[in-house]
Amino acid sequence: MHVPDGFLDAQTSIATGAVAAATVGYALRKARTELDDRTAPMAGLVATFVFSAQMMNFPVGLGTSGHLLGGALAAVLVGPWTGLLAVSVVLIVQALLLADGGITALGTNISLMAIVGVLVGWLVFRGLQILAPKRVGLVPVLAGLGALVSVPVAALLFVGLYAVGGTAPVPLDGLATAMLGWHVLIGLGEAVITGLVVASVIALRPDLVYGARPVQRRRELEIRTAAQPGEREAAA
Amino acid sequence: MRTRTFVIAGIFAALLVAGVGSYWASTHPDGLTHVAEQAGFSDTAKDSAAKDSPLSGYQVKGVDDPAVSRGLAGVIGALTVLFLAGGLTYLVRRRGRSDDEAHDHPAPAGGAPSARRTTPEGG
Repeated sequence: MHVPDGFLDAQTSIATGAVAAATVGYALRKARTELDDRTAPMAGLVATFVFSAQMMNFPVGLGTSGHLLGGALAAVLVGPWTGLLAVSVVLIVQALLLADGGITALGTNISLMAIVGVLVGWLVFRGLQILAPKRVGLVPVLAGLGALVSVPVAALLFVGLYAVGGTAPVPLDGLATAMLGWHVLIGLGEAVITGLVVASVIALRPDLVYGARPVQRRRELEIRTAAQPGEREAAA
Repeated sequence: MRTRTFVIAGIFAALLVAGVGSYWASTHPDGLTHVAEQAGFSDTAKDSAAKDSPLSGYQVKGVDDPAVSRGLAGVIGALTVLFLAGGLTYLVRRRGRSDDEAHDHPAPAGGAPSARRTTPEGG
């Protein structure tokens, strides 16, 4: 979904650039609460994996392909703010080093894939996690559903941006239908990959999955309070 | 599995995907490119200013075999991401020792000094 230079006019690109810069700046501060000595290496790994997975275009229909955006995946593995930074780094390297996605369109691409991809994926995941039974085994499924929703939402935001600042006169209802149709299919691929990767990490090291912490912490607390009731006062 | 082992194995897997696996990636246009072609605005795309980068278009300049060139570009790109994202999160993370906390990022990335002054919850 990398937007090249020229699709959107200068004003729209400057606006998305400002939104991207402000949001990344905010994420830099918020990520501090998610990252410690143990989880920081995971963030580098997740960014590297998202970069690599974005090279693996999968076919979604006759003559069309899609690739992982990685927003929901990064959010569930390392937390939404760290995930937003990780995907942003991927997009910056792609734009500057590999000419994948435009440079004036970098703010647009960060807005679509890092901000919307991560935050929509995370909000859907967390929303479902609050409603669903608190089981670690459900984390990959919920992550997949977050991924599934995040891709068409990002596609629709592109249509919205094109309505505001598109450089060619294109019927918007047709554009919206086409973007939505293809990106629901790409979202299915995103969901499968996200679910499989999250399930693999949970199988090996569930404690390294940020999105699994709420459903794990609860179990740890039960054991501690039952085993050592007097310890807390002694420690305090 | 130890964290270090896990992270190194994960990085190795990612480099394998970028360097080797991407050979089998679909070369069809992606969803947005396809839609732009169908809707007739794909010709409004302009060349990126990074077009002359030595890794432009996932091809390393001077490496003739397209598959090798793509794999190499993927590995270099992935390592660049690892270095930048790993370095960034290493700087941003909460430190384990409290004497690090007291200094509270003496020299983080560019533009941070003003951001630090305007941060209400900073430190």
